Amino acid sequence: MNRAKSWVTYLQVAPLALVFLLFLIVPIATIVVVSFFDYNTTQIIPAFLLQNYEELLLSPVTWRTYQQTVQFALITWALTLLIGFTVAYFVAFHVRSSTMQTVLFLLCTIPFWTSNVIRMISWIPFLGRHGLANTTLMNLGLIDQPLEFLLYSDFSVVLAYVHLYTLFMVVPIFNSMVRIDRSLLEAARDGGASAWQTLWAVIVPLCKPGIAIGSIFIVTIVMGDFVTVRLMSGGQSASVGLMMLNAMSLLQYPAAAANAVVLLLLVLFTVAAMMRLVDIRKEL
Amino acid sequence: MPGRRGPAYWLLAGFFALFVLFLYGPTITILVLSFQGPKGGLTFPMNGVSLHWFGNLFEKQMVGDFAGSFKRSMVLGLGVMVVTVVASFSAGLAFRNRFRGSGVLFYLAIASLIVPSILISLGIGLLYRVLGWETAWYSSGFGAHLTWTLPFGLLIMFAVFNRFDRRYEEAARDLGATPWQTIRFVVLPILLPSLVGVGLFGFTLSYDEFARSLYTAGTFNTLPLEIYGMTTNVTTPVLYALGTVTTGVSFLAIGLAFGVFAILRRRQQRHGSDAGRAA
Repeated sequence: MNRAKSWVTYLQVAPLALVFLLFLIVPIATIVVVSFFDYNTTQIIPAFLLQNYEELLLSPVTWRTYQQTVQFALITWALTLLIGFTVAYFVAFHVRSSTMQTVLFLLCTIPFWTSNVIRMISWIPFLGRHGLANTTLMNLGLIDQPLEFLLYSDFSVVLAYVHLYTLFMVVPIFNSMVRIDRSLLEAARDGGASAWQTLWAVIVPLCKPGIAIGSIFIVTIVMGDFVTVRLMSGGQSASVGLMMLNAMSLLQYPAAAANAVVLLLLVLFTVAAMMRLVDIRKEL
Repeated sequence: MPGRRGPAYWLLAGFFALFVLFLYGPTITILVLSFQGPKGGLTFPMNGVSLHWFGNLFEKQMVGDFAGSFKRSMVLGLGVMVVTVVASFSAGLAFRNRFRGSGVLFYLAIASLIVPSILISLGIGLLYRVLGWETAWYSSGFGAHLTWTLPFGLLIMFAVFNRFDRRYEEAARDLGATPWQTIRFVVLPILLPSLVGVGLFGFTLSYDEFARSLYTAGTFNTLPLEIYGMTTNVTTPVLYALGTVTTGVSFLAIGLAFGVFAILRRRQQRHGSDAGRAA
C-alpha cells in the first residue's frame, strides 16, 4: 500500500478508533485502577491496596451471588438455545419461499428494536396476582389460589431473559443454516439418513459457529444484567450487576470497581473458551 | 426438510406460532390496557375505554419529566444514528485494505459488544468522577451509546462489503472517476439500503438503551431511565400509556426504515438492474 493511501485508511478508521479508545479502553482502565483505591464515606483516595479484592472474595455473599448469576446464565442459555434453534430450523428448512423466510425472520427480529424495559413491564398484566394467567387458571378450576411464583420470582426473571434474548440465538443460527449447501442434505437423505440423523450429523455440526456466537451474546448479557433481575424479581433475587449497583449507591466506588474487574475476567474467560469454536470474521 | 409437508412441519409451525405469540403477546396486552378507563387498574378487566392515561402522560407533575426525557432521547438517538452511519461506513471502507492495527481494532469492536453494558456505564461514570467532569447525556451518554451501536454498524458493513462487487469501483476508476467521485456516485448509491439499516440500529438501540445510560446520563434523564424510575413508584396504567407511546416510536422508526428500503429498491430497479443486484 502506498503512503498516501494508508493515510486515507487511517483517517477512515479514526472516528471508530477514537470512540473505542475514549469510551471503552480508558473507562475499563479506570475501573482497574480505581479497584485498588482506598475509600471512606465521602471520597475515594488514590492508593494501591488489595483490600477491595480481599473483602470481595472472602465474603460468602459474593460467592452466592456469582453462583446465582452463573445459574441464571446457564438456564437461560439452555432454553434460548433450544427455542432459538427450533425456530431458526423451521424458518430455514421448512419455509420454502424466500420472501416468506424474510418475513418470518423479520417478525422475530422486530422486538429487538423496541424497549427492553417496556417489554419487561408488559409481563405484569399477564403474570400478576390478578393477572391473565392466574384468572384463567382459576376460572378453569385448575387452581383455587393465585400462583405466587409467576411474578417477582426466579421464574419470571428467566422468563423475561428468554423473552428478551432468544433473538440473539435465532439470528446467528439462522445465518449458519441458510449457508448450508442443500446438496449435503440431499446426499444425507440419499445415503439413507433419517431426518433425525441428518439433523444431528449434518445440520447441528454445521451450525456450531452460529450456536457459539448466540451463546456468547446470551451468556455475556445475562452475566452483566441487573435491570431484568431488579424488575422481574421484585428485589428478591441477586445478581452481580445488582451487587455493583448497591456498592455504587453507597458511594463505595472502589468496591464496585473490584467487583467489576472480577466479573470482566469471568466474562472474558468464558468468551475466550467459546471463541475457540468459531472464527467470527469468517461468519459475516 | 423440503418435501411433503408432514407432521414435523405442522409441529414446528405450531411451535413457531407460539413463539411469535410469546414475543408479541405481552406488548399487545399493555397496548390494550393503556386505553383503560380513568378508574381502571393495572390488570384486566378493562374498566371502560379512554385516552385518560395518555393525557396524564403530558401533565408534568404526574409522571416526572416525560416530555423532556422524550425530547432528549430523540435528539440523542438521532445524533448517535448519524455518527454510527458515518463512522461505520468509513471504517467499513478502510477495513477492505490491510492496515496496521486492523486486527486489534476488530477485536476492540467485538469487546465493545461483549463487555457487559454495566461495566461500560460504570467505567465512564468513574472516569468522569476521577477527572472531576460532569456527566451529561449529550457527552458521556453519547459516547456510551456509541460503544454499543458502532460494533453493530461495523459488523453490518463487513457483511455488506464482503458481498460488494469491487468491479463497479474499478469500472468507475477506469472511466476516470476520482476516489471521491467513485464513493459518491458508485459505492454510496449501491450501499444506501444497508446504510439505512445501520441507521435503524443506531437510532433504536440508542433510543432504548438503559444500562449504558445509567451512570453516564448525568442530571437529566433519558426516556428509558425515566420509565425505569416510574416502574418503582407509578402504579397506574399511565405506565402502559408510556409503553405504548415508546413502542409506537420504535415501530415508526422501523416502518420508516422499511419504507425507505422499498423506495430505494424501486429506484434502483428503474435506474438499471445491476445496482439493485449488487446491493
